Amino acid sequence: MMKISMPKLTVWKIVATLFITGAAIVTFRRFFYGLGETTNLSDAAPWGLWIGFDVVTGVGLAAGGFTLCGIVYLFNLKRFKPIVRPAILTAFLGYMLVIVGLMFDLGRPWAIWHAIIMWNPHSVMFEVAWCVMLYTTVLALEFSPVLLERFKLHKTLKIIKAITIPLVIAGVLLSMLHQSSLGSLYLIIPQKMHAFWYSPMLPVFFFVSAIAVGIGMTVIEAYLSSRAFKRTLETPLLYELSRIMIGVILVYATMRVLDLAEKGLFASILNGSLESNMLLLEFALFIIFPVALFTFKQIRKTRLGLFLISISVVLGFVANRLNVTTTSLDAYFGGVYFPSVEEFILTGGIITAGFWLFSLAVKHLPIFPDEHLDNEEIIIDVTSIRTVSSKPMQV
Amino acid sequence: MPFALLIDLTTCVGCGECRTACQNAHGFPEVEIQKLTANNFTYLEEKEDLYIRRMCQHCEEPACASVCPVGALYKTSAGPVNYDADKCIGCRYCMLACPFDVPSYEWDSINPRVRKCTMCYDERTSKGEATACSEACPAEATLFGERSDLIAEALTRINDDPDSYVPKIYGQAEAGGTSVLYISSVPFEELGFKSTLGYEPLPDKTWDVLSKLPNVVVTAGVMVAAVYWITNRRSEVMEFNEAVKADDHRKNNGREK
Repeated sequence: MMKISMPKLTVWKIVATLFITGAAIVTFRRFFYGLGETTNLSDAAPWGLWIGFDVVTGVGLAAGGFTLCGIVYLFNLKRFKPIVRPAILTAFLGYMLVIVGLMFDLGRPWAIWHAIIMWNPHSVMFEVAWCVMLYTTVLALEFSPVLLERFKLHKTLKIIKAITIPLVIAGVLLSMLHQSSLGSLYLIIPQKMHAFWYSPMLPVFFFVSAIAVGIGMTVIEAYLSSRAFKRTLETPLLYELSRIMIGVILVYATMRVLDLAEKGLFASILNGSLESNMLLLEFALFIIFPVALFTFKQIRKTRLGLFLISISVVLGFVANRLNVTTTSLDAYFGGVYFPSVEEFILTGGIITAGFWLFSLAVKHLPIFPDEHLDNEEIIIDVTSIRTVSSKPMQV
Repeated sequence: MPFALLIDLTTCVGCGECRTACQNAHGFPEVEIQKLTANNFTYLEEKEDLYIRRMCQHCEEPACASVCPVGALYKTSAGPVNYDADKCIGCRYCMLACPFDVPSYEWDSINPRVRKCTMCYDERTSKGEATACSEACPAEATLFGERSDLIAEALTRINDDPDSYVPKIYGQAEAGGTSVLYISSVPFEELGFKSTLGYEPLPDKTWDVLSKLPNVVVTAGVMVAAVYWITNRRSEVMEFNEAVKADDHRKNNGREK
């Protein structure tokens, strides 16, 4: 069952080893020689790749947790339940890695706990810090049944299961708050950002696009896991999820287009500047390709097609977040910032760690439903129905 | 009581005494650098035959203090925007948010601080004493005093000699007003002063959103709970109907009604 083709795995293993080793070296240099030595950050460009990707993009990519929990527990669409655990796992790992990334970027990471006792409610960053803290706790609790089942702690499991719904509601509200607030971070610099991306609607854009990418990440996980671990998830389920995602993307696209129209920026979309090219790239990957591909029946009815659509959405999402955090400020920063090799290596290392931890968890913990377990459940259901309906026969 | 500085570009002779005094007051190396760094809180830029003194503007409603998650930067009642390194976590949001690009960072330190002019808060202005730079100025180009007095002084200078001044006090209202005020003989936008900041305090832009969040949370919370109640109730009703059906089925001995 677990036979995985060796050569492919070896290539990945080499890449992973290189990234992890590199990241270890960067870690040493970052904490013993400082940010100036390892990054291309400067007084002119105080925020770079580590905030733009590892934190702002990372939180978005981990949005599958609250999205799937909302779909399954609040909208009561129980047929998606088999994908809830992998989605929560990704979200939990995602937030842990975001915190790791943040520890590298903060100048004084050991003081991060200050946000707990030193309050400034006027700061968006303060609100984000609290939401991320609370939501990571929620995710840990939402993920705990996996561990409790694995180690057969049934009493505690019962308690956690009893508070599932309050946890899910808290998770959705906290996510709504901080996913949008990552956009609000940029509201205070209207004069610095390129008009393509600055908008009072930034928080709404950030929240809606996070929902879409959360679903996209879940589809990708389901596809990759089914290949690597021979666990199967039905194509119709992935199709249905993708359909919700495309719906969300269309809502998002409408808002973005209206926003650009209101600012009168249509004419400058095709003017060939760095900003316009990056905006086109973002729109192509996040909106145009996915929606266009989805209109073809041959594509939307196949697992591979749905996988590719979601890959495009994720890449488009990354492009959007990097555009907001980096491209939009490039002109104001005077074009002085491009990430250093070490910044890229650490980011690569964090992504690698994410994949590695995910596969480790899937191998050793009950993340995906076992096929025989599923059958068992069905048998129980059938018997219970039979007991009810067979009673009159005995009367 | 809020103190301020008035910088008169028409009387500045470019001697650099303010810069030297600042460097001495903070123990910085005495060098001439044309930018604000972690070791240089002010410099003179020559433009249109004028010397323009660049430094922290000490906003009335500072963006840096508003974005700081731990309140390491704060506006004092005496006027200066001060910094408490013991609180700082090093997120550098202040540097991104500052409309005047003032704060610098100790990039090469492993325990870095944000650095900027504090208007000599700890050493002088908290006790009501003038800043080192204004004391050193031989040309009355950097004046220290209460903000309202300095605005009155600026207006007197402009009105007494309207040919030598443009009729504007830069900093009186920019980005909600600053505690460092300028008067000049050349329009400010030609001297590299930020002219697109508007007159609204920048922190309002985030507060507009943040202040709405409690309402958003309550509304969304009620909606989410309502959605859960409805969908959950619906499946309960469905289950109940099926049970009733099964019951009917039993009562009728397996025959349809």
